[in-house]
Amino acid sequence: MYDFAPLIDSINTWLNGHLSPLWAGIVSMVLLGVAILAFYAVLGLYLVYAERKICARMQNRLGPNRVGPGGLFQTIADLIKLLLKELIYIQNADALLFNIAPFIVIVASIMAIGSIPFAKGLQAVDLNIGVLYILAISSMGVIGVLIAGWASNNKYSVIGAMRSGAQVISYELSVGLALLCIITYAGSMQLSEIIKSQEDGWWLFKGHIPAVIAFVIYLIAGTAETNRGPFDLAEAESELTAGFHTEYSGIKFAFFFLAEYMNMFIIAALATTLFLGGWLPFHIYNFTFFNNLMDYIPPVIWFFTKTAFVIYVMMWFKWTFPRLRIDQLLALEWKYLLPISLLNLMVISFLTLMQWHF
Amino acid sequence: MALLKTFKDIGNYFREIAEGVASLIRGMKVTGRYFVKPSEIVTQKYPENRAELKMFDNFKGELVLLHNDKNQHRCDACYSCERKCPNGSIEVISSRVTGPDGRTKRVLDKYVYHLDSCTFCGLCVEACDQDALAFSQEFEHAVFDKSTLIKVLNHPGSTAEPKEEEHKETKE
Amino acid sequence: MEETIVDINLKDKEEYVINMGPQHPSTHGVLRFETCLQGEKVKWIVPHCGYIHRGIEKMSEKLTYPQMIHLTDRMDYLSAHINNEAVALCVEKAMEVEVSDRVKYIRTILAELTRIASHQLWWSAFGMDLGALTTFFYGLRDREKILDIFEETTGSRLTQSYITPGGLMHDVHPNFQKKVKEFCKYFRTKLPEYDELLTGNVIFRERTIGIGYMSKEDAIDFGVTGPSGRGSGFHCDIRKIEPYSAYPKVNFNEITFTEGDTYHRYLVRIKEMWESLSIIEQLVDNIPQGPIMLELKAIKAPKGDFYQRVETARGELGVYIVSDGAPQPARIHFRTPNFSNLFIINKISAGHKIADLVAISGSLDLVIPDIDR
Repeated sequence: MYDFAPLIDSINTWLNGHLSPLWAGIVSMVLLGVAILAFYAVLGLYLVYAERKICARMQNRLGPNRVGPGGLFQTIADLIKLLLKELIYIQNADALLFNIAPFIVIVASIMAIGSIPFAKGLQAVDLNIGVLYILAISSMGVIGVLIAGWASNNKYSVIGAMRSGAQVISYELSVGLALLCIITYAGSMQLSEIIKSQEDGWWLFKGHIPAVIAFVIYLIAGTAETNRGPFDLAEAESELTAGFHTEYSGIKFAFFFLAEYMNMFIIAALATTLFLGGWLPFHIYNFTFFNNLMDYIPPVIWFFTKTAFVIYVMMWFKWTFPRLRIDQLLALEWKYLLPISLLNLMVISFLTLMQWHF
Repeated sequence: MALLKTFKDIGNYFREIAEGVASLIRGMKVTGRYFVKPSEIVTQKYPENRAELKMFDNFKGELVLLHNDKNQHRCDACYSCERKCPNGSIEVISSRVTGPDGRTKRVLDKYVYHLDSCTFCGLCVEACDQDALAFSQEFEHAVFDKSTLIKVLNHPGSTAEPKEEEHKETKE
Repeated sequence: MEETIVDINLKDKEEYVINMGPQHPSTHGVLRFETCLQGEKVKWIVPHCGYIHRGIEKMSEKLTYPQMIHLTDRMDYLSAHINNEAVALCVEKAMEVEVSDRVKYIRTILAELTRIASHQLWWSAFGMDLGALTTFFYGLRDREKILDIFEETTGSRLTQSYITPGGLMHDVHPNFQKKVKEFCKYFRTKLPEYDELLTGNVIFRERTIGIGYMSKEDAIDFGVTGPSGRGSGFHCDIRKIEPYSAYPKVNFNEITFTEGDTYHRYLVRIKEMWESLSIIEQLVDNIPQGPIMLELKAIKAPKGDFYQRVETARGELGVYIVSDGAPQPARIHFRTPNFSNLFIINKISAGHKIADLVAISGSLDLVIPDIDR
């Protein structure tokens, strides 16, 4: 049920039947690009809206409520405003790098979306090294941040960019190691294979306590990698005004802003895919009626519900905790997360070797 | 002995983590509790709730010269409010008029109030012996043109309320 | 201070100097910290003030004492009642008159409410300085209740101009006692939340414990008073040293710690909120009857010098009046707490990280208009 593969295949055959293979490839790529871009824009805007509503509720406020019912179009109005705003040119800034930085950040996050499986067959590319690809691409974004900080010709921006560099280099390790735990369990880096391996239970549940530890570490390190509070040192509003994007205005600022939310989505989507069974429905062992009922809910909804939950937890972090200091941030990684994840990985390797997982 | 210390250190390491996580969860419980309780929302939708938005009686909105329904005010142009005003927000313009009984008295021509420089200290209302002044509950002071903040408080065509005998008595 | 001035002149042109302020989110106003950094570390800081100097002292020379009150509101706008009270007490001292007990009680209750409101706003802003944005809304939410009490009685929320030499502008609103008691009950349930959200938080503790150490000697040398000084063990609570108004009649503790770091300056204020609540609860039920304004022919100080100090939410506020017998002061000087509290910042934050500088300046609870006057 709800398999998207036949649909995609039929489109493909139709294209190939009517066009030469070259043109079929180009058209399918364009279609895919447009679909991903549209998805990106809509999702980014509504994540911003969701964050504003969630933080408002946590702070006893109403949140956006003016544009559209319940403020639903507020972020669209904001986007239009940002599009119309003047792009301020900074004197003595490195013009090329200054202009290219927001695009690097946003391209990195768009590329990562390409290999995320939203449902069965609904995946742009199913690489056999999917996890590695997403890790590699999502850490490209930090180059954009570094360039932005450097090219702005602003002392605050440089500090923000340097912080961001140190932060992402450190936390990349923990993210990698936490994901490696699941790769060890599943025995594959291909995202579709990892989901298939969870058909009899999500790794979070059947991976014993080490999987739970890996999940928590992944959440913490993932939050850090997206530069979000309590790890938002690169922006650190109260210290560095706005950190690396202090000098950006208009749509270039919006790019950084959207990329932050999309990175959060990618981190959450990866957590869903690896730990929470991706688009697989929730099953309880041997409870057939309940399991069948769950099967009726489309996998896309399952995927987005799980992702939304992880995103909510990340927002909850941001709106509760104070910000860490740069040395504490690095201490948290090197003294706590890294040793624990190494130990955790060892335990998981042992469990896998002995075939002790369910 | 050294081994024991190492174990102790490892124990401390994990206890620290546990305590830290517990404190973080306590904080998240607070925000989480408010998230699920919309009844705790304190902000209001402002222009929509204009009707039920009532200021307190004592609220110092802007200075008004009280008029009765016969368009009469009680100001006898004694200048005490103007003298008391710390920043010259009040200008009383008056003229001497000889009444039918032959007595000369001051009559208010114009009571000019500079809302833009008023600091709402309330000294003018305190100073007025005639209880001619009061603060209104008006709070929406924003205007596009600053000159509209200079107001004439006596209504056009208004006259001074004739002093009643009982009023005089209470004063004495 | 001299040292710092020499430092500025001799400073290396190659040093990485950033200006925090006058427009910067962490300085809470138009204050400028000229900060020299070495990587993330702060080498030295020179605070520059004067961006919001309005000449309140000079302006006051032209005004009579009751007229002057509304200017003192605008010095430390978070302690408006206490500023008013300071001038009123000084003038009353000069005229050798004493207000009725009713006035004293009401003044004290208002002063303590002001202190709570000020500490609430400080707590909100301090959390925000450290990146915990939600604290801002919780603090303001609770402060709103106090402002409503003020508004009902005095007519204004922030710059009340209510306490005047000789008494009060007018009597309190009939609802005053009821509302104050309601607030005390309400806030006793909300204060533990502050601890859950911030005080106990491991990140917050890591960020503040041991940061910005100020010794008792430093506090005395720089004249750091109020909660910032008491966090270093400097017993400087004027309410205890020179009790005024109704303070001799109430039981309360002076909160002091000897650790002198950011965390303990924070704790002093949190605990002071509890103490203020208890002071209010002791007074609010026993407000005696009496006149609210003394019958004075004219309010003018006799020839001479007069000094009165009070404890605002930030420390010791001194009012020094030189009078030549006229209704206006010949010269008036305000010894404002924030001005003295500010200049220790170089001493206690040099060597710390830039993020600590924000935490330290937040823990000093600076109100910039009070520095510049």
